[in-house]
Amino acid sequence: MSLLDFLHEYDQSLLIALGEHLRLVGIALLIAVAAGVPTGAWIARGEHRAGPVLLAANIIQTIPSIALFGLMIPILAMVNHGIGFLPAVIALILYAQLPVIRNTRVALRAIPPATLDAARGLGMTERQIFLRVALPLAAPGIVAGIRIAATMSIGVAAVAAYIGAGGLGIFIVRGIQTTWDMMTIAGAVGIALLTLVVEIALGIVQRMLTPKGLRVRGGGR
Amino acid sequence: MNELFPFFADHLKDIGLRLGEHVRTVGVALLLAIPLGMGIGIALSRGWARRIRGPVFYLLGLGQTIPSLALLALAVGLLGIGVVPAVIALLLYSILPIARNCYTGIQSVPDAAVDAARGLGMTQLQILRSVQLPLAGAYIIAGIRTATVVAISAGALASLIGAGGLGDFIFAGISLYRPEEMLAGAIPTALLALGADFGLSLLEKRLERWRR
Repeated sequence: MSLLDFLHEYDQSLLIALGEHLRLVGIALLIAVAAGVPTGAWIARGEHRAGPVLLAANIIQTIPSIALFGLMIPILAMVNHGIGFLPAVIALILYAQLPVIRNTRVALRAIPPATLDAARGLGMTERQIFLRVALPLAAPGIVAGIRIAATMSIGVAAVAAYIGAGGLGIFIVRGIQTTWDMMTIAGAVGIALLTLVVEIALGIVQRMLTPKGLRVRGGGR
Repeated sequence: MNELFPFFADHLKDIGLRLGEHVRTVGVALLLAIPLGMGIGIALSRGWARRIRGPVFYLLGLGQTIPSLALLALAVGLLGIGVVPAVIALLLYSILPIARNCYTGIQSVPDAAVDAARGLGMTQLQILRSVQLPLAGAYIIAGIRTATVVAISAGALASLIGAGGLGDFIFAGISLYRPEEMLAGAIPTALLALGADFGLSLLEKRLERWRR
């Protein structure tokens, strides 16, 4: 069976798996950004808070994904959600915290104090300054963090197929179990391609969000 | 959960064995990745590599975005199952952080230090060995630290392609739904990664202090 025959035969299940994969990663990222960006902004304002928060995020990040699943399943099993979507989405949210929080903090702290003073001088409130000056200027840096989180999440979501969360990892699971290389390769190539597409797409978003005056390449006049 | 401690006690020998396999797979991969990564980092820091530096790092970076499970699965397709394909996949995965940090570290060495060494009559090789690499030490260790954590994590997945390691317990525990077995694999794996990260962070800090 050639690769093309395989793709033809399994196009439906590949599409379903891709949809599951995107849904898992998408939901996790939305929640991760909603939690991580405010946390990053919070620690950017108080440097004494940065140490403990980043340390905690770093410890979570260091725990290997399959080990995190192995630790979470027995705990979530107590509320009858040991395997499936829930542990996968929680793990993805936890992993995404470090890049999102760290990049938000760095991007906000990189804004020149003079810019913020100028906004204050114009009579803007703190809230207006944050939403209309700081956040737009920090946006490319924040998106860079989301980009790292996204590629990482796609990889962890692949492993989550082993705990019943579905997604493209299913092809790797089945391929390895049945020693059918074609299936394994279809899953691996699908995940790798998805990662590359998302990585490049978010790179473009990052470039577009960069204010014209700050663009180094391809921007300007 | 109550079965956890008896399970640990009964399987202490097995856990030690799997831990040994895990450390072996990761260790061999890193022992190969360190010289390779440093070689690439050093080569790209040379003047003649100015043109290819950007593209090489871009390609390595794209390779790094491929999830470890996908890379391990591809290794099975090309090389079959066992320890060797696992080591090769882990090795490929560990090269980029080491190469990038080695390059950044060498770039961070002040020009004045290199000029002074040249003024003393040192050859390029001597400058690299006794000025640039020692001063880049903290960066290089930071790269090895990232690579180690990544390799320990991918090493747990390597159980799937027949390389053994602590992943054996986790995957067996998941497929048989035996929480105590999952934990018997997950806890040592997490501790191994955290311990390696912490140990190398101490070394990194010491080299950083030494540099000043």
